[in-house]
Amino acid sequence: MSHATTDTVLELVPAGTARGGRPRPGPWARFMMRFGKALLRLLVVLIGAFWLLPTFGLAVASLRSSADNSATGWWTVFTAPAQLTLDNYAQVLQNERIVESLWNTVLITVPSTLLVVLLGALGAYALAWLDFPGRDWLFVLVVALIVVPVQVAIVPDARIFRVLGIYGEISAVVAFHVAFGLPFAIFLLRNFFLNIPRDMLEAARMDGAREMLIFARVVLPIGWPAIASLAIFQFLWVWNDLLVSLVFATSDNAPITYALREQMRSFSSNLDTIGPGAFLSMLVPLVVFFAFQRYFVQGVLAGSGK
Amino acid sequence: MTITPDPAQGIRPFPAQTTTGRASVADGPGGPLRAAGGPGHRDAPGGPGTTAETAARRRSREARLMAALFLGPALVLLLVLVCYPIVYTLWLSFRSGDGSKFVGFDNYVAMFTSPNTRRAILNNLVWVIVAPAVATTLGLIFAVLTERLRRAAVLKAVLFMPMAISFLAAGVTFRLVYDENPDRGVLNAAVVSVHDAFVSPSRYYGVDAREQGDLVPTDGGFQSRGPVNPGEPVRLALVGLPPDRIPTDARPATAPAGGPGLQGVVWLDFTRGGGGQAGIVDAGEVGLPEMTVEAVSDGGTVVATARTDAAGRFAFPDLASGPYVIRLPADNFTEPFNGVTWLGPSFITPAVIGVYIWIWAGFAMVLVSAGLAALPREALEAARMDGANEWQTFRHVTVPLVRPVLVVVLVTLTINVLKIFDLVYVLAPESSQDDATVVALEMYRVSFGGGLDYGLGSALAVLLFALVLPAMLFNIRRLRRNS
Repeated sequence: MSHATTDTVLELVPAGTARGGRPRPGPWARFMMRFGKALLRLLVVLIGAFWLLPTFGLAVASLRSSADNSATGWWTVFTAPAQLTLDNYAQVLQNERIVESLWNTVLITVPSTLLVVLLGALGAYALAWLDFPGRDWLFVLVVALIVVPVQVAIVPDARIFRVLGIYGEISAVVAFHVAFGLPFAIFLLRNFFLNIPRDMLEAARMDGAREMLIFARVVLPIGWPAIASLAIFQFLWVWNDLLVSLVFATSDNAPITYALREQMRSFSSNLDTIGPGAFLSMLVPLVVFFAFQRYFVQGVLAGSGK
Repeated sequence: MTITPDPAQGIRPFPAQTTTGRASVADGPGGPLRAAGGPGHRDAPGGPGTTAETAARRRSREARLMAALFLGPALVLLLVLVCYPIVYTLWLSFRSGDGSKFVGFDNYVAMFTSPNTRRAILNNLVWVIVAPAVATTLGLIFAVLTERLRRAAVLKAVLFMPMAISFLAAGVTFRLVYDENPDRGVLNAAVVSVHDAFVSPSRYYGVDAREQGDLVPTDGGFQSRGPVNPGEPVRLALVGLPPDRIPTDARPATAPAGGPGLQGVVWLDFTRGGGGQAGIVDAGEVGLPEMTVEAVSDGGTVVATARTDAAGRFAFPDLASGPYVIRLPADNFTEPFNGVTWLGPSFITPAVIGVYIWIWAGFAMVLVSAGLAALPREALEAARMDGANEWQTFRHVTVPLVRPVLVVVLVTLTINVLKIFDLVYVLAPESSQDDATVVALEMYRVSFGGGLDYGLGSALAVLLFALVLPAMLFNIRRLRRNS
């Protein structure tokens, strides 16, 4: 972001008093400018604090005993920091249901992400660079499917999975996630692959490389930024999903969102399980968010229309 | 947004078509593919022609095979798990709940008439009208604010972070924020303390008149049973104040001595440890300080107001003769404000929309920021040079220039809001799910959450599908335009 505009910011500065060829601002204007700027900074800090407060509150509450949580608000921790304890986390990590469901989340999310990236990239390459009849229409179909709500498919797909004998299994959840992740994946990657200079593909073909090799050696490395964004988007989408697993997973195969939702029926009584559980489930997305913020932002922006 | 390809060349219809001429040299080892004769040979113009021609044919056959290989798995999944189910759902929506018989449009009629689904549709309407507009507006404001500050990246990260966490985690987080008990829920704690800063809580809520005493309840307060005249001492006995709420400055009550005007006492007619007589100021009983007392004339007008002292005494020294009713008005006894039932029936939808905005305002901000960064600086400079102030520049230059971005954000959020499910499902307690429900949630509840009415569920799914159809057509048209 450019900082060039920082001194022409505030409405308190009369027009034509900023820098450049214009007259220098008088002392009053300069004072108002500084004052306004301080005010703006304060406002921004307040907004940030306001946005963080809910998550911060849950974090603190997850570190307090259930007795404390039912008696007083988490903010009393500022006057009595001795309340803080890791007991809840220790207990949740010994809670088989929670630990298993976290593991289920991994078992669902990793294959769903890998398959979407792999099948999406292959399909996108075919739609971008291979010549075959009906390709145009297939791409229109893919684009049309991007916005299809999962609700129109869950009842029939439940029946299909039942016929296949995988209803309730992790594989059913994965299959559904992959199917609904593909349209966007293909769309995103095809558009990116199209921007690969034709010469590079030609050169590879000249060297006698087959399509698979071109795909692996030329397309994938060049398409890496888009693939990373897609992978992160898909990963978070699946990691955070609740509906699909509610419909297709049995309780044994439930991911963490499902398991925590079960615990929520009587909320205030078991905040000591739900709080740490929710935080553990947020841990991976937050790490992804802070580690890959750039790709993350791009992935979310690109995939938001889903 | 570097991954978004240049729209000018983003979507080309047949990029490979123009490449067929290259085939003469660029052949890979054909292998078994070469042997496979295909329909491609039939319409060849002059039988087997030049080597370049056969090579081109072979290339195109290979391309088809490779395409089938590359695209096949994705296509099978899409056709089986997405396309076919759409048709199946459409069919189911005309069948009875268990799918056994054809019912025509009954499910659609039920969808618009049964209270739960109607509620869901109306709620979704509220969602669509409110949530995208508010989130986009906030996003625009945040983008403009952060554009003007150094180190704004921190704020952007903070505002965007909710996008990373699940609706479930957001739901858990905000169940805590919205907790009705102001001792636990931070929002009600804030609301209550703001409220109490303006309206001081009354000390004496919940008290009662002593039975057979001189007081009778009226309009939330109390008044003397009959008219009284100056010179007659008035004893107003109250009971039912818990010991921990007896004011610390309260002193033992003393019976009014009589004097000029009208005098009296308001006291807690309760002797600790028992004993004492009803209606009599006994030793050990305390007066109730800071009570507002009104003298009301025959016509009903308040002619004088007094406050009790620490011993509960009050006096109207200058009162003219004539009967009065002595009244302890209701504001002495107002119940304390205990906060808002955010997750109850009346506030649940705004409460959930609030959380949605908490999550998506950051998204809007990032998109708008990208739009702002691409604005031509000259336009803004020119406006300022012409004497426009910041607000005018914002209103007449910035907003029109970023309007396309705002439209994209609005459309995106609208599609997103139409399908909202998890957040409502998680945040709304069972008791208010009927009031909070939206189409996607109702679809789930009807089909899976105990209802097992696949007919009605499918009709709701078709409704959702119909609602996103414009977005689908918009996407396809944009695709066609770009190509």
